[in-house]
Amino acid sequence: MDSAGEVVNDGKITLEGFTVAARAFADKWKRHNLSFPPWSWVPLINRTLLKKEEGYLSLEKIIILSSVDESAEEESLDVTADWSEREESIDHTVLVQNVEDEAHYYDYHIVYSASYMVPMLYFRGYSSDGRPLSLDVIKRDLPSSSVSLLLESKWTFITQEEHPYLNRPWFKLHPCGTEEWIKLLSESSSSDGCQMPVELYLVSWFSVVGQVVGLRTPLEMLI
Amino acid sequence: MAANEEAMKYVWEGAIPLQIHLHKSEVASHPAPPPALVLAPRIGYLPLLVPLIKPYFKDSLPPGEDSIWFDYKGVPLKWYIPTGVLFDLLCAEPERPWNLTIHFRGYPSNVLIPCEGEGSVKWNFVNSLKEAAYIINGNCKNVMNMSQSDQEDLWTSVMNGDLDAYTRLLPRLKMGNIEDEFSRKESLSSPQSRQGGGAEIDVAGQVKTARIPVRLYVRSVSQNFENLEDVPEIDTWDEISYMNRPVEFLKEKGKCFTLRDAIESLLPEYSGDRAQTSGEEEADGSQETRGEIKLVRIQGIELKLEIPFSWVVNNLMNPEFYLHISVLVKAPQR
Repeated sequence: MDSAGEVVNDGKITLEGFTVAARAFADKWKRHNLSFPPWSWVPLINRTLLKKEEGYLSLEKIIILSSVDESAEEESLDVTADWSEREESIDHTVLVQNVEDEAHYYDYHIVYSASYMVPMLYFRGYSSDGRPLSLDVIKRDLPSSSVSLLLESKWTFITQEEHPYLNRPWFKLHPCGTEEWIKLLSESSSSDGCQMPVELYLVSWFSVVGQVVGLRTPLEMLI
Repeated sequence: MAANEEAMKYVWEGAIPLQIHLHKSEVASHPAPPPALVLAPRIGYLPLLVPLIKPYFKDSLPPGEDSIWFDYKGVPLKWYIPTGVLFDLLCAEPERPWNLTIHFRGYPSNVLIPCEGEGSVKWNFVNSLKEAAYIINGNCKNVMNMSQSDQEDLWTSVMNGDLDAYTRLLPRLKMGNIEDEFSRKESLSSPQSRQGGGAEIDVAGQVKTARIPVRLYVRSVSQNFENLEDVPEIDTWDEISYMNRPVEFLKEKGKCFTLRDAIESLLPEYSGDRAQTSGEEEADGSQETRGEIKLVRIQGIELKLEIPFSWVVNNLMNPEFYLHISVLVKAPQR
């Protein structure tokens, strides 16, 4: 099972492969995704004695402005046509917006799972005073398509688990069968039957997983 | 078969005597209640003991809702780690009874993931079982295909420490076999599992490589010490390195894959021909730079590193098929 040359046939990746793929992913992101800060590689301190470096990718302090605009608008649409009532509800909207409009900060870590031999996305949200956001609040920040996906599908769900290295509760995105859909991506994107080069593994993975949390992967990265 | 069953019996019967104190900030009665004495199964989990403990303290609690957690000398205890592992890891010098503090309020949700009683513990158990299955078999189908009631019964057998019930249910789990060359035993799982097993078998029928579910907890001390009592207490979990990583079990003809080989594969910085388990001096003084494995504990037993790893796995693993290893090391000097 060659680690650096190509992705393993079955959609999984080795630890060495993950390190290579992570660097390639971070490089491409830096070049093509200028609307976002770059990902950084965080080496695992207690592993630095080894020749093989281990670590994870980190993207932190991404600001998502929480707005109640959309939902408030929807609410006001449900209200009857009575003008005075509508006026009242508009005022209510403005009032609520002033109170609740605040920045939510998000940290994302891409961590390798040695058990499943695929990457996992860990994330957490917090307000400007550092207080963690609950999953209900976070779900409101996610694209509405994700929320229905999460609620309905059996292929992905979010759980609260301990970060593998930081001794703190984070949220983890569980895409079931990661290796299966990576395999599909790999097969569908290659015309001559070649396997996906390991450098593109995380790019492909993130192009799917990132969408669930509202982070889009520019198409240029997939080349 | 007999040897393996005997070992499992010892593992399942292993227990830690606990002396549980109510945190003083929560004592709302006078006099304060005496501590509760509870015998905690090693393979169990602290939240499962709450029904035994709560009656001691319920009359002393201030009004409000319970959110229960435990601490040892101020360190919040991770409830999803088996009790025996917590004890082996946090008490260098075993403390009997083990003095813990229980809290019914003020859950430290910034450091501990939430626990909603038995349901959370069961979820954690099943998840670990799936992960172990994936490592051993290459997929979790055996767990997913188990009927809901069988899964329930399996969990109940673990919760109740009922080894007989667990053993009866194991064949339905169809977990792949981890080869053990040192005890003649029938596979506890069905014959079909061998085909789906993670262990590759070459033409000659020799097992080449397999993945073993291991959770390694490494406590590192910077100073050398004579006795375990001299090992400083830990203040936070940040002093412990946790590795949830399978061991690649390599079987080479004529060579025995030992516990040392397994640990060194996860902690290569402690390996080498000259790595040792107790303070012998190095001829060239290089002990100053390399670290040293001081102690390895599994199920409360301090093991010699030369023991064949397959024996350790098959006899000392937990019911979710994970082998939990607590290691105390002296850190390498840099």
